Amino acid sequence: MKLPLNFIIGAILTTIFLCMALLSLVWTPYDVTALEIADKFQAPNIDHWFGTDHFGRDVFSMIMIGARNAVMVSLVAVGIGMLFGVPLGLYAAAARMNGGNLIDEILMRGNDLIFAFPSLLMAIMITAVFGPGAINAIIAIGIFNIPVFARMTRGGALGLWSREYIMAARVCGKGSMRISFEHILPNIANILIVQATIQFSIAIIAEASLSYVGLGTQPPDPSLGRMLNEAQTMIFFAPWLAFVPGGAIVTMVLGLNLMGDGLRDILDPKLRQRKAREMEASNAAS
Amino acid sequence: MRIILCSVFMFFLFPLNIWADGINVGLQLEPPNLDPTSGAAAAIDEVVYGNIFEGLVRIDQNGEVIPGLALFWELSSDGKSYIFHLAEGVRFHDGTDFTADDVRFSFDRARAANSTNAKKYIFAPIANIDIFDDYTIMITLDRAHPDFLFNIGLGDAVIVASESAATNAINPIGTGPFRFKRWVRGDRIELIKNNTYWGAQARLDWATFKIITDPLSAYTAMMAGDIDTFPNYPAPENLFLFDRDPAFEVVVGLTAGETILATNNKKTPFDNILVRKAIAHAINRKELIDGAMFGNAQAIGTHFAPNHPDYVDLTALYPYDLNKARGYLREAGFPNGFKASLKLPPPIYARRTGELVANQLSRVGIHLEIENMEWAQWIDQVLRNRNYDLTVVSHVEPMDINIYANPNYYFGYDNADFQKIISDIDKNGNAAGRAALYKEAQRKIAEDAVNGFLFQLGKYGVWKRGVKGMWRNYPIRSNDLRDVYIEDNG
Repeated sequence: MKLPLNFIIGAILTTIFLCMALLSLVWTPYDVTALEIADKFQAPNIDHWFGTDHFGRDVFSMIMIGARNAVMVSLVAVGIGMLFGVPLGLYAAAARMNGGNLIDEILMRGNDLIFAFPSLLMAIMITAVFGPGAINAIIAIGIFNIPVFARMTRGGALGLWSREYIMAARVCGKGSMRISFEHILPNIANILIVQATIQFSIAIIAEASLSYVGLGTQPPDPSLGRMLNEAQTMIFFAPWLAFVPGGAIVTMVLGLNLMGDGLRDILDPKLRQRKAREMEASNAAS
Repeated sequence: MRIILCSVFMFFLFPLNIWADGINVGLQLEPPNLDPTSGAAAAIDEVVYGNIFEGLVRIDQNGEVIPGLALFWELSSDGKSYIFHLAEGVRFHDGTDFTADDVRFSFDRARAANSTNAKKYIFAPIANIDIFDDYTIMITLDRAHPDFLFNIGLGDAVIVASESAATNAINPIGTGPFRFKRWVRGDRIELIKNNTYWGAQARLDWATFKIITDPLSAYTAMMAGDIDTFPNYPAPENLFLFDRDPAFEVVVGLTAGETILATNNKKTPFDNILVRKAIAHAINRKELIDGAMFGNAQAIGTHFAPNHPDYVDLTALYPYDLNKARGYLREAGFPNGFKASLKLPPPIYARRTGELVANQLSRVGIHLEIENMEWAQWIDQVLRNRNYDLTVVSHVEPMDINIYANPNYYFGYDNADFQKIISDIDKNGNAAGRAALYKEAQRKIAEDAVNGFLFQLGKYGVWKRGVKGMWRNYPIRSNDLRDVYIEDNG
């Protein structure tokens, strides 16, 4: 099967960043904890590909570690969202199909309640109570992800519950828990994977926003958002300090979004068929 | 037709001429209210001191005491009684007369039990206030207090009228060369010239303080011409951009702000002087000034303004020496260092200095976990409840070395010898004797390494070329605009 172009571009961009993030675990060009004031504000050059910041730190090394922090925060946060959101959605759908409308209503309205708060506002709320830091940023972004996955799972599951093969499973005497995990989940896995990719990119933006306002990863750990914040007043004489982390965020998010779109094209057979039909129709028309 | 055209032109030109006689002043922090006698916020004085409100005496940009509402005064030979001769014909902005009764009212109000004055200690020594006539008043102290005259020049001791004192917070009524026009919260505070001012008239017709919190906006507002002068520009890294632009003038002066690595002397391991000495040796002031302040600050070795005549340069007492620092740590029983927290308030100098200090101390194994916080949290946790290890902050009050004599202050420094020096200063009426004692006090806290003494915060004045008369230094936080004018450069 031919892979869609957006998937290929997205996957390449994402892989680059993942590799950089992984590499930063064992090696960075420079030590970002060693401040060399004498080397401050170097424009991009051979020694420092992306220049140096106001403390003389190597921006490229900071981007590598910043990307790692962003990826880690986002991975765990999306993980939390799926871990709690998916079972919640499965349970709500199963409850509704088995006459437990009230349970479903309570669960989903609770979800709506959380969903009603903008993610950043919720993150600020959580970090205001528990204090700023990477862990609390993860929790905040994770909580925001729960209703997203719960809704998506419930919606997908409800559509499947009336299918014949599910009926067959019910007739065989399988419990709704077993049906949910053995038959429903594998069949909605594709939309969940696509959603996870999208949520992953949203989580990266959320992490950057939180760090930007000082609530995410704390210094001296580099973070893309805080680099942007610190670059603000220096943009007139050291523009690379803003453009490099800004560009990194954009590229990461773009890569993930393209990959998500591509994945949807690959994993969703109905969409693929529809697209093929549209192609044929347009070919026929021309 | 020509006449119409001319008058249309006049219509446009005329107001332009009028408006050119005012000034837009950039202000980073908005004052919480406008009554300097009931709040500690420096931003209040930055707007109203010398402009709207005046005291019996004034403090000028060099920190000297000059006559204010009292044209001259006599001091009794025992140093206890001041007789102030007040200016006549002075009116408050609401038209009420200024007399000796207003002075008594202001001071009685400030020292009353229910007063909300932030510096009640100024008025504590007052034993008696006697009014001889409307323009002569005698203030008797319990004993000689050489600082008294300077202290009543502070914003906390300005003269207010009984008719308007209660509403000064939102509608300040003083005797100054400018009167309050309006305050658009979050945006600007407008002052206009007081045409009935008793002294030399202000040279500007109006002055508007524009509140610009964000350093980047401060830069763009200056460049766009929305602001004529930023008395204390918030981003020192941008100063060189203004400096090389012929349209602007950059004047780096000094504030009374000693920037310190404040240390909780009551908490282990910081209660051990060896640990504090180790920290002192691990701090590289030059790197801090270059890295955090972009070279625009002056190193200090104790808690005293370096431009004060009594200042002692103690920066060489504990020079940057990692081996000595490690040695002290070993002696103190921390051969491998330890972990502690560093709580940082929001100003950019504190955040940057804090990050550098954490990095410097990590070289000797002291690992600081940085906690950035908002002012409200900082005041609650650090200042009020002393729930902290280390913090970076600037103490902007003038001549505030006496805070080290208060064992309940957040440093937790409780030293009988030092407290005796301060109380001796208080009792000593002799200038030379006081100078010697001040020097002794500076040495004492430096030797005890009470806090890490880092640098004196600069005052980064940026204004359009042609703006004259702005203060170079901040001996007190004030933007006294009475002598400011805009030179006509064609």
